[in-house]
Amino acid sequence: MTKSNPCKNAFRIATTLLSVYYAYMLEYRAELLLWVLSGSLPIILMGIWIQASQTGQFTLTPVEFGRYFLAVFLVRQFTVVWVIWEFEREIVEGKLSFRLLQPLNPIWHHFASHFAERFARLPFAFILVAFFFWLYPQAFWIPDLGQLILAMIVIVLAFALRFLIQYTFSMAAFWTERASSLEQFGFLFYLFLSGIIAPLEVFPPVVREVALWTPYPYLIYFPANLLVGLPVDVGRGLLVMLAWSVGLFVLYRWLWRKGLRQYSGMGA
Amino acid sequence: MSAILAENLSKFYPVAIKEPGLKGTLQHFFRRTYRNIKAVQGISFQIEPGEVVGFLGANGAGKTTTLKMLTGLIHPSEGNVNVAGHIPFQRKSAFLRKITLVMGQKQQLIWDLPALDSLRINAAVYGISDRDFQQQIDELTEMLSLEGKLSQPVRKLSLGERMKAELLAALVHQPQVLFLDEPTLGLDVNAQVSVRDFLREYNQRYQATVLLTSHYMADITALCQRVLVIHQGQLIYDGSLDGLVDRFAPCREIEVELAIPYSRDHLSTYGDLEAIDGRIAKFLVPQETLTRTVAKILLDLDVVDLAVTEPPIEEVIGRVLQSGAVV
Repeated sequence: MTKSNPCKNAFRIATTLLSVYYAYMLEYRAELLLWVLSGSLPIILMGIWIQASQTGQFTLTPVEFGRYFLAVFLVRQFTVVWVIWEFEREIVEGKLSFRLLQPLNPIWHHFASHFAERFARLPFAFILVAFFFWLYPQAFWIPDLGQLILAMIVIVLAFALRFLIQYTFSMAAFWTERASSLEQFGFLFYLFLSGIIAPLEVFPPVVREVALWTPYPYLIYFPANLLVGLPVDVGRGLLVMLAWSVGLFVLYRWLWRKGLRQYSGMGA
Repeated sequence: MSAILAENLSKFYPVAIKEPGLKGTLQHFFRRTYRNIKAVQGISFQIEPGEVVGFLGANGAGKTTTLKMLTGLIHPSEGNVNVAGHIPFQRKSAFLRKITLVMGQKQQLIWDLPALDSLRINAAVYGISDRDFQQQIDELTEMLSLEGKLSQPVRKLSLGERMKAELLAALVHQPQVLFLDEPTLGLDVNAQVSVRDFLREYNQRYQATVLLTSHYMADITALCQRVLVIHQGQLIYDGSLDGLVDRFAPCREIEVELAIPYSRDHLSTYGDLEAIDGRIAKFLVPQETLTRTVAKILLDLDVVDLAVTEPPIEEVIGRVLQSGAVV
């Protein structure tokens, strides 16, 4: 059996996983459209905030609110993660056993399937964006190239951070078998602190300052602001993201090793 | 060096105990009590490279738990285990490349895609070059008679084809040690035969070591010279299949066709009369008195035909598994 060098092999594993999981995601064409639509809460909230901002009580104008929530919608499309439910199912049904028998950490299967899904849902998301601009042409904007590239990098980092948060939570499935309840609890914080419900500018200053030390604003609010061109502290944002990523990665590895000792291969 | 070595291997599980009814439910919610289940208790055996060994036991006897410890999926509570020169639960890459586990009731192939897509992932993960992969697929496809099936979505395959494709996926990296847990479960007779033939051929071609559990005795008799029998977590037999029959079924059946009918009382004097149907009589006779009894029947009775048979293996194993008797 021929063995290639590690880098070449890693590249081959990555491209194979992505191409196969992309094919897998395309099997669910109809579902993809529904999944994209299910993420349209920001579009609904946009209407409310545009209406509220007409009073002039907020720092953002109605058009800025419109752009912000559209960016939130887009960022969510790129950062949606469901790994905790998949991992929980694999543990409960014993399907993790097959993954553990292979010389590849199972996290890469999940990461690749999520990453590949982004490409599958992209066309649907862009159609919705085009539809939005058709309905609300005054909100149309073209970000400058540098800003767009920075926003894209931050969106990728936000996805990785969101994935890492949920994957770390999912390690609880080794002990509780219903790890998704942790995610459902954590979703409350995600909903309020990430900027999905409202941009952080409308929060009281103390709450905003505390929130900015948690990972949540960097999952939505931070990349959305970058995309729209609203002011954010880029250096601090990237540092907080990095710190949380490192901390969560260490925690995940520790829980993974502990969890494997706990794993009973149920149902397998 | 042995391909598989288990020394005093044990696995204990804590299991939550819940009494029925509302009171039990509330108690279970506020104060959960656990009981330690001894799934496997101090079993020891070793298997040499190239051996095909049957692993027998009733449901819940500890077969699958043992396989999980041997493949490194779970940590043993006590004891030592070594497979292909590695400690399984360390899950070193070199170890994982040498083994495989096939579970008849589970599937690793992606349901909605052709099996070939899942196989491509396996090839990449195990670092198999495109040329070796193609060669391996061609060879295994031919051995398993799966031509043209690998490009169909897995969900469109029949159960037998799916099981064969699962086998192919499990063997594409040419493992040295195969752990097979009910590989023919739910298959029709023809599919069972073809899976058995394939496993025999694979073992001969690659000198692979096989540990096989199956509830179909035909799998065991067709493939295994040696069997391990586990009962309530303890190993109660390790030896040849013939030895198992001798040890657990020390009787033979004599079927006699008589020229004239004899009375039941008269025939009973020759041994344990199992059945009588007109001029056909069946006796159950201890092995040590078999020759004497046959000679006496031939001398005393007017015999047209006589046959001596072993009791069916299923019956013997069933008796062993039911009683857990160690002789």
